[in-house]
Amino acid sequence: MQYLLMIHNDEKTILGASPQETGARLAAYGAYIKAMSDAGVNKGAQRLHPVSTATTVRVKNGKTQVLNGPYAEIKEQLGGYLLIDAPDLESAISWASLCPGAKDGAIEVRPIWEM
Amino acid sequence: MTQPKTQQRASRRPPVAYPSTRVDADASAVAARVARESYGKLVAYLAATSRDVPGAEDALADAFASALAVWPSQGVPLNPEGWLAKAARRRLIDAARRRRTADRASEALELIDAELKEAADGDAAIPDRRLALMFACAHPAIEESVRAPLMLQTILGLDAAAIASAFLVSPATMGQRLSRAKAKIRLAGVPFKIPEREDLPERLGVALEAIYAAFSHGWSEAFSDDPRGRNLAEEAIWLGRVVVSLIANEPEAMGLLALMLYAHSRRAARRDAQGRYVPLSEQAIERWDRAAIEEAEGLLRAAGALGAPGRFQLEAAVQSAHAARRLTGTTDWEAIAVLYDALFALTASPVVAVNRAAAIAQARGAAAGLELLDEVGANSALAGFEPYWVARADLLAKLGEVVAARSAYGLAIGLQTDPAARAFLIERLAALV
Repeated sequence: MQYLLMIHNDEKTILGASPQETGARLAAYGAYIKAMSDAGVNKGAQRLHPVSTATTVRVKNGKTQVLNGPYAEIKEQLGGYLLIDAPDLESAISWASLCPGAKDGAIEVRPIWEM
Repeated sequence: MTQPKTQQRASRRPPVAYPSTRVDADASAVAARVARESYGKLVAYLAATSRDVPGAEDALADAFASALAVWPSQGVPLNPEGWLAKAARRRLIDAARRRRTADRASEALELIDAELKEAADGDAAIPDRRLALMFACAHPAIEESVRAPLMLQTILGLDAAAIASAFLVSPATMGQRLSRAKAKIRLAGVPFKIPEREDLPERLGVALEAIYAAFSHGWSEAFSDDPRGRNLAEEAIWLGRVVVSLIANEPEAMGLLALMLYAHSRRAARRDAQGRYVPLSEQAIERWDRAAIEEAEGLLRAAGALGAPGRFQLEAAVQSAHAARRLTGTTDWEAIAVLYDALFALTASPVVAVNRAAAIAQARGAAAGLELLDEVGANSALAGFEPYWVARADLLAKLGEVVAARSAYGLAIGLQTDPAARAFLIERLAALV
């Protein structure tokens, strides 16, 4: 089965971190993603720019509305995602628990709707 | 129009598909027995790979219906369980064809095929995956309040209406919660497997909690007017037996089964001949079920020998101390107080703290108990907890503080929902001078 692991973190903590802290976080992510790739689990992992770069689009009555900012203003924002291939939820959960972002944020695990 | 009488319990699922034709009593008795013993085994078996619980339940309901149609005329097969598994499998294939589902369903069917070749006609039993199903039901990814209902439905085949009445929600709400949980199991891929060694104690704990929740619901509903709630205690004991039989040497699983058996042994003594509430200390010991007590004692001893005490073993030990009155004629409150000390150190539960205070009051005097109750009451939200007010009222009454006792009984009476227990409290209140 495929799962999307959505990494939610407080951007203030991440952007306000010292260079050492940022270096350590990036190294941890590097090792984490390499482990996933080595295990054949990683189907695509990406980091997102902060919500200050977000644009939200809706179409109302045929008119496109474009708004500056994220869909929802919340403390812990989606900062990146991993698409993984895992045999079951148990395995997806254990990969999520290894994610560096799980220590100071939350990883939402969602099964992919297979068509 | 009269419905055909069945020997099966009204709350079990297979009879829903009961045929309208006359049914041979022997065949239906066998079907009833297989339903009780094999229902969960068959659901677990059919859904283990596909994780499609509703699909397995539907297929199994059809299989039971054809059994009741076919067995009376053709005789009960040598291996009824294997027969039902085969019949249900055919339904699964039909359903998969209709939906033209993808690989997972057919993979699951292939596996079932291979296993059934060995099991169907001979004596070989189908693999027992009930424990794995239980762990799926009690998975942390499943909403906590639905774990016990889910086990009762999938392992025991109780229908949503029966479970709903026991858990005091509407059948529609319960039905919705159950189907949402089953959908999550399938779509999110909650596995049917026994957790890894390091996760096992915690995950088993969750499963045991769910079973105990089911038991407690049955216990408190034992005298309600709705007969469907009554059997839940027995069903929970059945689940406890399943766990103990499938997972060897787990002291807490044995402790839970012992705890439930001790409580259940007193079911006949909880009310007198006029249906009035009888507190534990005044129960007639000849109305206790000795066989259940002996079984519980054996389980608790075996669990204790494994050297890993836990919450359920300690609670069972408290019950064992109460049950010892059948031999000694008295209750060793000091021993019970010590057990509650250990239980409180382990759980820090305010409910345990109230019981502990009551035991200490018995062992060392009402004043000592009341002092502890004051402490507990100050530190936790017990204002809506009936046993807290009963314990307070009893101790205040003993200490001659009539006014305070009266108000505590008043609160307890307001919180008590069981009419017999409420009548008992009203009597106590009236007896205050």
